[in-house]
Amino acid sequence: MQQLAIHHRPMRKPVSTFLLLTVPALVIFTAFIIIPVFQSILFSLYKWNGLGPLNKFRGLNNFSILFKDPVFTKAMIHTLMIVIISLAVELPIALGFALIIGDNKFKGAVFFRTVFFLPYVISEVITGILWQFIYHPQYGLVRSIWLFFAPESTSPAVLANPDTVLWAIMGVIIWKYFGLHMTLYIAGIQDIPLELKEAARIDGANPVQVFSNITLPLLKGVLSVSILFSILGSIQIFDTVWAMGKGDPVNSAETMVTYLYKFGLQRFQLGYGSAVAVIIFLICLVFSIVYLKLIVREEK
Amino acid sequence: MRKQTILVVLLVLLAGLSLLSAETKFSFWHIGTADTDKAFFQGVVDEFMKKNPGVTVDVTILENEAFKTKLSTVMQSGNPPDIFHSWGGGVLAEYADAGLLRDISKFTKGTPFGKSMAAGVWGVYAANGKQYGAPHDMGAITFWYNKDLLAKVGYKSFPTDYDDFLNLVKKLRAAGINPIAMGGGDKWPAMHMWSYMALRLGGPQLFQDTFSGKNKKGFSDPTFVKAAQMISDLAKMGAFQEGFLGATYPDEGALMGNGQAAMELMGQWAPNVQTDSSTTKKGIGDKLAAAAFPAIKGGKGKVTEVIGGGNGMAVGKNAPDAAVEFLKFLDNVENNAKYATIAGIIPTVVGAEKGVKDPNAKLVKAIVDQCTFYQLYLDQFLAPAAGGAVNDAVQTMLAGTATPAQACAAIQAAYEASK
Repeated sequence: MQQLAIHHRPMRKPVSTFLLLTVPALVIFTAFIIIPVFQSILFSLYKWNGLGPLNKFRGLNNFSILFKDPVFTKAMIHTLMIVIISLAVELPIALGFALIIGDNKFKGAVFFRTVFFLPYVISEVITGILWQFIYHPQYGLVRSIWLFFAPESTSPAVLANPDTVLWAIMGVIIWKYFGLHMTLYIAGIQDIPLELKEAARIDGANPVQVFSNITLPLLKGVLSVSILFSILGSIQIFDTVWAMGKGDPVNSAETMVTYLYKFGLQRFQLGYGSAVAVIIFLICLVFSIVYLKLIVREEK
Repeated sequence: MRKQTILVVLLVLLAGLSLLSAETKFSFWHIGTADTDKAFFQGVVDEFMKKNPGVTVDVTILENEAFKTKLSTVMQSGNPPDIFHSWGGGVLAEYADAGLLRDISKFTKGTPFGKSMAAGVWGVYAANGKQYGAPHDMGAITFWYNKDLLAKVGYKSFPTDYDDFLNLVKKLRAAGINPIAMGGGDKWPAMHMWSYMALRLGGPQLFQDTFSGKNKKGFSDPTFVKAAQMISDLAKMGAFQEGFLGATYPDEGALMGNGQAAMELMGQWAPNVQTDSSTTKKGIGDKLAAAAFPAIKGGKGKVTEVIGGGNGMAVGKNAPDAAVEFLKFLDNVENNAKYATIAGIIPTVVGAEKGVKDPNAKLVKAIVDQCTFYQLYLDQFLAPAAGGAVNDAVQTMLAGTATPAQACAAIQAAYEASK
């Protein structure tokens, strides 16, 4: 009797593969993210300068000081403004460019994709220094251009004026990040089967209708990821703002994270800074949970 | 078995050899970013390493603000550098209280090193009776002005009276010249101005009663509020350059060095920074002169009362003895005198005055030598939490976003919370 010479290797239990792949990442995640989060929550209950023992328990005192501080309120408002402007201005700009560049007939696609993506690649600190030179009231590029068009006037010192500094920085944020979102959208657009668009056009749809009925719905996946990153990134923004004046003058560009750094770390008040960190963490956590639930519901 | 024994023997030999070579390494952080300063410190390091083979010095150079940022990070990680720049005072005391500094009292009490400098200057780098560092210069904040620009509006010398000073500012502005270069973005240059206004108005008693607690109002005292009003008025009348609220101290130095501002209120290092920040790298040369902060009519303060501070090095808790020897070498008479000549600073080591060649440095030295009261800059004298609040509040005075009373109240609140 011929036996089928099938040599069954003992099937690797899926569990061990699973563990092998996830444990290293889990260990790092636990050590560098989970544990510090709990440490932060602990520190937020103390008055601690970060250098000595943790012995001045203050309960929720740090939080009550936090919510009474008008500078923190300003920081929250500014952070919210950055979130809103990113969603309302940066993403539409990115989508607009993506529609033009993502179109198969567009000639300069590779060139523009690269050029628009470049700002994202530059480090935040270099971006800040670069734009400080551009905005410099005595030696900057903005000044030269301004004086070319209006020789008798004084060029604005945008980073020194409390009324304009936040807007000047938001302009830089948009410049820096729109390329990333544009690239995501281009990838999404190019995934849309051309036949669908052709079919719609044959049926008499104009470009706006093609966009709203075909392109936009099929981009929902990419859009929801893009919006998530944009909001989380805006809540946590620090480097660019810090490199362009540290949130000053007079806290006019203060964000929650610059507030944390200034009042928590620079002033050697780590307990207080941890309280700020806990607030930021809770905001991000609640937002993420609600948002992801909405997305999942949408997809159902 | 044999292979393993040979391996073990080799390893032991290697360990022994490394112990014999006794490589000592320590870190040295300084803020001398100007080319002259950089060259000086590197020269001292190189000479020290030549005289002490087996010792390696790891040099880190940072600009003032960047240094403060990086230092606070490493301090909080519990890993201080071995020899690092320090302005002494309350900030040093905070590090000492946290056990981050090495007590070098045995190197300074009753030793030749200890006797090389005055007790008063050693005190700035001590806390709780223990020595944690050494100064190498102690100077004063004074006005540094461009003689040519003042002459353009009819002033042959710097005003000695504040009303005359305001007149000068108005004339300069009317002539299209930036009266005062101000690094309002970095905040501490403005803090010096407010501090001097308060000192001239209230005299030493004002400060002493605040710090001793005798004056319960502290920084909310009407005198401090009046000073806040004065600096706010200066900002409103256009005394500072366009964009001063965002300007950094290097910007301020550049304006002076390029002859684009008539004066700045700054420490004894000002001429050096101006020269280094200027586009010609030559500064304004002999057009530069120093002058004391004017007296305020009706004020209790005198022109001989000085706000200033020095520069020195603190010793980190892990510093080896070689690092302390390096500090002694850096602060010996020859090197201190050399530094005085190169950087125009007022040296602290007795006998190093021979190195003070610059006429402006000599002027500042005279101001310090003859001073009747000396106050360390507030943002170093106070603990970081209160010092930060002073700087922030002064910026609100400049910007006019808080009333003088509100700004001073904010300082007092932070001061009380930090005690």
